[in-house]
Amino acid sequence: MPESMVEVRKVTKVYQRGKQKIEVLHGLDLDIPKGDFVALMGPSGSGKTTLLNLIGGLDQPTSGEVRVGGSRIDQLSSGELARWRAHNVGFVFQFYNLMPVLTAERNVELPLLLTKLSSAQRRKNVAVALEVVGLADRAKHKPRELSGGQEQRVAIARALVSDPQLLVCDEPTGDLDRKTADEILGLLQVLNREHGKTIVIVTHDPKAAEFARRILHLEKGQLLEQARAA
Amino acid sequence: MSKSGFVIANLFRKRTRTILTLLSVIMAFLLFGLLQSVNTIFSAGASFVGATRLIVQARVSFTSPLPLSMLPKLEAIPGVARVAYSQWFGGVWQENTPLIMFSIDPLRHHDIYPEYVMPEAQWQAFANTRTGIIAGKMVAEQYGWKVGQKIPISSNIFPQKNGSKAWAFDLVGIFDGKDENWKKRTTIVYMQHDYFDEANQFGMKGRTNFFVLKLADSSRAEAISRTVDAMFENSPDETKTQTEKDFNISFVKQIGDIGLIVRWILFAVFFTLLLVVGNTMAQSVRERIPELAVLKTLGFSDGSVLGFVLAEAFALCLVGGLIGLFLASLAGAMVERGTGGQFQLHLVGSVWLLGVVAIVLMSVAVGLLPGLRARRLRIVDALAGH
Repeated sequence: MPESMVEVRKVTKVYQRGKQKIEVLHGLDLDIPKGDFVALMGPSGSGKTTLLNLIGGLDQPTSGEVRVGGSRIDQLSSGELARWRAHNVGFVFQFYNLMPVLTAERNVELPLLLTKLSSAQRRKNVAVALEVVGLADRAKHKPRELSGGQEQRVAIARALVSDPQLLVCDEPTGDLDRKTADEILGLLQVLNREHGKTIVIVTHDPKAAEFARRILHLEKGQLLEQARAA
Repeated sequence: MSKSGFVIANLFRKRTRTILTLLSVIMAFLLFGLLQSVNTIFSAGASFVGATRLIVQARVSFTSPLPLSMLPKLEAIPGVARVAYSQWFGGVWQENTPLIMFSIDPLRHHDIYPEYVMPEAQWQAFANTRTGIIAGKMVAEQYGWKVGQKIPISSNIFPQKNGSKAWAFDLVGIFDGKDENWKKRTTIVYMQHDYFDEANQFGMKGRTNFFVLKLADSSRAEAISRTVDAMFENSPDETKTQTEKDFNISFVKQIGDIGLIVRWILFAVFFTLLLVVGNTMAQSVRERIPELAVLKTLGFSDGSVLGFVLAEAFALCLVGGLIGLFLASLAGAMVERGTGGQFQLHLVGSVWLLGVVAIVLMSVAVGLLPGLRARRLRIVDALAGH
């Protein structure tokens, strides 16, 4: 049996909106083995992003267990969770979320400021990450000087630079045209197949989901089925 | 890139806004430096170090005249070499131009102020001409006065016995300063005290605003000061004896409580600055809530994010504050040179220290609230735009 990267057990997530309590996830169980590439699909409000946030350690479940890479992250404090994220997970967002005041290479370097690496070593790692995403020649450009696809590549390089085993991507192609989206998804596929990264993406786009090894459907806070991508 | 590089990059995200905010910080600290220096001068205790002359005035106020009969008693004090005296005349040139004008005893003044240089013949002419005046070079040049001219001057305090405020004087000499500092003090006009004493309507016979004691030994200045004041204690004319520098300061102090004025101005300046910089910082944090959330997502702790915001506030206040204080020290040095060293407005160590403390406090005051907001930020809410 393959080694597990993500184990979610009986996870419930309840949000308080004013006086109203909204239960988004209802006792959900999920296993994602190391090296898997999973697409989470489902209608709006089904709990995809909430589940992704729990797996990425951005939020805590109301009840249940979340284990990632062997660590019970649902029991970590805010500070411990921040340290855990810095070393174990890379994030890619729909709108790239790059720092507009920094060049591409500075954006990629940002997570490395939390490490003890020397400046030279940081520069080297940044160069490698930009090389992997095919943007070495745009290192000195600021986000506003890049296309949407290039910005997303920089965001992927930033997610990769500290060499996490898990990448979580929230609608990574939601803001891109078909051709660019396919390039980005192809890149994620390469990272999964050639670099062994475990990838979880949330998407509404069935074509995007086809790049994954598995597609999971969520509806009303529960996993419906597991489908094998094409 | 270092963390400080990231802070600086963020600071200049809106260049115009940052520069304008920086300018307000610079202006505030320029004012702070100058006013605090003024405050330091006015709140400093008396210092007799190096004093070669002492000024004796009425304890109540400079405006209460002292009797000239005190003169021989003052001259008899051991360590006092010579005594002169001066009376404020309140002279006005032409329509409404006030003059710094005193009535004096010419020869005594000549002895006591060797720093004023003038041909001996002109000193003699001054001593021998009852309606004679002598003018400092700067004032004479300013109004185009020449020796030998009749100079009409009115007094807003002392009319003549015939009720006329217009006095006519003969300019018998023009004096200069012996060095650069004293040249800057040649803005004074002197008239004969005997003539003033006799001709003024108020009949202020035999009185003067203050005496000037020339000391034989400057190391005894403080002791002589105490002796003088003790000598006239419990008399109708109690005295206050101080150095020339302290006298000049107390002259300005008549305007009001300088320290209080300075404190209120500084309070207003810093309160305004607090609003300006505080608003800038709050706006800056508000604009990049998603970016701060991304920082936390990448693994920066709540404390680090708070630190980034505080560091931005500190950098803004530090750069602006230091430039402001530096400009204040330049302006202070210019004032000091301009007054021939009369007002030593250079920034002393304590003002710099106070300035740095103000910079730190201002940074915390303007950065703490936005910083705490950034610290409390929940990643999922911020990324979702809530």
